[in-house]
Amino acid sequence: MFASITPEMLLAILPEISLLVVMAVVFTADLILHGKRSSLPAWLAVGGLGLTLLLTGLFAQPGAQPQLVWGGMLRHDWLAFIFKIIFLTAALLVTLLTVGWQKVWLKGEYYVLLLVSTMGMTLMGASADLLMLFLAIETTSIPLYVLAGFVVRDDKSTEAGFKYLLFGAVTTGVMLYGFSLLYGFAGSTSLYAIAAGIASAAIPAPVLIGTLLLVLVGFGFKVSMAPLHFWAPDVYEGAPTPITAFLSTASKAAGFVVLLRVMLAAFPAILVEWQTIIAAGAALTMTVGNLIALSQRNIKRLLAYSSVAHAGYSLLAVAAASELGVVSLVYYLLVYTVTQIAAFGVVIVVWHTTGSDEIADYAGLHRRSPMLALALLLSFLSLAGIPPLGGFIAKILAFAAAVEAGLVWLVVVAVLNSIVGLYYYLVVLKVAYLDEPKSDKPVPATRPQAATLLVSVLLMLILGVVLAPWYNWAASGAAGLF
Amino acid sequence: MIPLSWYLYLAAGLFALGLFGAVARRNAVAILMSVELMLNAVNINLVAFWRYLAPAEIGGQVFAIMVFAVAAAEVAVGLALIISIYRGRKTVAADEINLMKW
Repeated sequence: MFASITPEMLLAILPEISLLVVMAVVFTADLILHGKRSSLPAWLAVGGLGLTLLLTGLFAQPGAQPQLVWGGMLRHDWLAFIFKIIFLTAALLVTLLTVGWQKVWLKGEYYVLLLVSTMGMTLMGASADLLMLFLAIETTSIPLYVLAGFVVRDDKSTEAGFKYLLFGAVTTGVMLYGFSLLYGFAGSTSLYAIAAGIASAAIPAPVLIGTLLLVLVGFGFKVSMAPLHFWAPDVYEGAPTPITAFLSTASKAAGFVVLLRVMLAAFPAILVEWQTIIAAGAALTMTVGNLIALSQRNIKRLLAYSSVAHAGYSLLAVAAASELGVVSLVYYLLVYTVTQIAAFGVVIVVWHTTGSDEIADYAGLHRRSPMLALALLLSFLSLAGIPPLGGFIAKILAFAAAVEAGLVWLVVVAVLNSIVGLYYYLVVLKVAYLDEPKSDKPVPATRPQAATLLVSVLLMLILGVVLAPWYNWAASGAAGLF
Repeated sequence: MIPLSWYLYLAAGLFALGLFGAVARRNAVAILMSVELMLNAVNINLVAFWRYLAPAEIGGQVFAIMVFAVAAAEVAVGLALIISIYRGRKTVAADEINLMKW
């Protein structure tokens, strides 16, 4: 039975194996500690994630040709590899941000759940089969439901977990119904066999579009595409802030890679129709996100609506359905992940001192803690798309891809939206830089938090200034899809 | 033999019923039960397609079993969250769990 397993197959799932081992180690450490509060699980998780990242980067690189491994369940290609690196980096930075966060950071099960969820995401990035895709999505989501409701004494946190679960369960049910119809078209669960089955069975276009919409409900929920974005602000506000950072970066990126893969692999028969649907979704998503963000007073809700708007810009890259579109999507998600983690890092540090997420309490942050205010400034400017930060290049690439695909109207909408976005980012910066502080107490960051902020701000600058290596990297991921 | 389409109509009806319940019910536990109905509709679809289209392969059957297993895990987490909410504010009505809006 095991004779057919080759070393290549094992290398293809090296990140997952490594995460599983780290998970077991953290879990055992937690068992041995027997309920005693200790920082050991946190540091084991940090070390394990760092090691996994290193192993993945060194040994799990795919060959030039994409390969289907494990009976066609997983596709070992550059796109999957790039996203695995993004997920692992996000998990590592989020774990570092958690250090010192309330009493949560001393609990071992928090890290175990985070690692399980990360493993689900790395599988999502590589799935080439409906069955694997479904399992990966659920492996990602179920731990995240628990993590969002992790602080059981905080009513807002349990409410966040509960809302996330209900929205997640219903949308997953709808998506699964779409999966079952897709299975019916071809009699197979492989994405590529489904595309072939649709082509040979001549399924009528309305039926296909209906199925596409059902599947899109599930993916739209993951990437918070309007009108399925309702859960995002509530869950982002209530969940523990490090988990919010994780949800809005890694979980969203995982949704995008799945969306891209399924659309390109299984629905080439109705390419024009799905492009139109995604383009309409993109326009609606960015407009809704930006307009509602204007009236927010809580910074986590503001970032939630801003993240809905950014999902809109990323959908614009998906709607292009071209090689440049995939490149720009990868670049966008890369930049967005580090930027968003930096922004939430500042929110976490400020919360420690002030105990508040209200924007008004950021007044005079510049005078209380200049470095922290600088991190806030850079990350918000990058979110707004100001050069020389990463957000600028990412937006330019996405807009270029959409223009190339003939979606000029959508780019006009996106540019107008960017201007609206700039306004609410500047309002927060105005409060932090120009308003009088309420107290002169400095806002200190713990050493791991400071290191995370430094790393993500540096990455943001590097992604904005040194374009070529990242662009080529993303291009190699795109090449395997077409 | 009963035609395939009958099973598909049954599943579609069951799915619509489940979706209606999930949207219209107030009680959180009833919403979870409605989601179960939706997943059962998916299972009927999967098994019917498997039997009529690809009985030689086990893909559809395995998929249905996976759906069972994952649904059980999801409900376990869901009930745990409902209990922790109930401890905090003595209600399981979805429209009263509204600390955060807009």
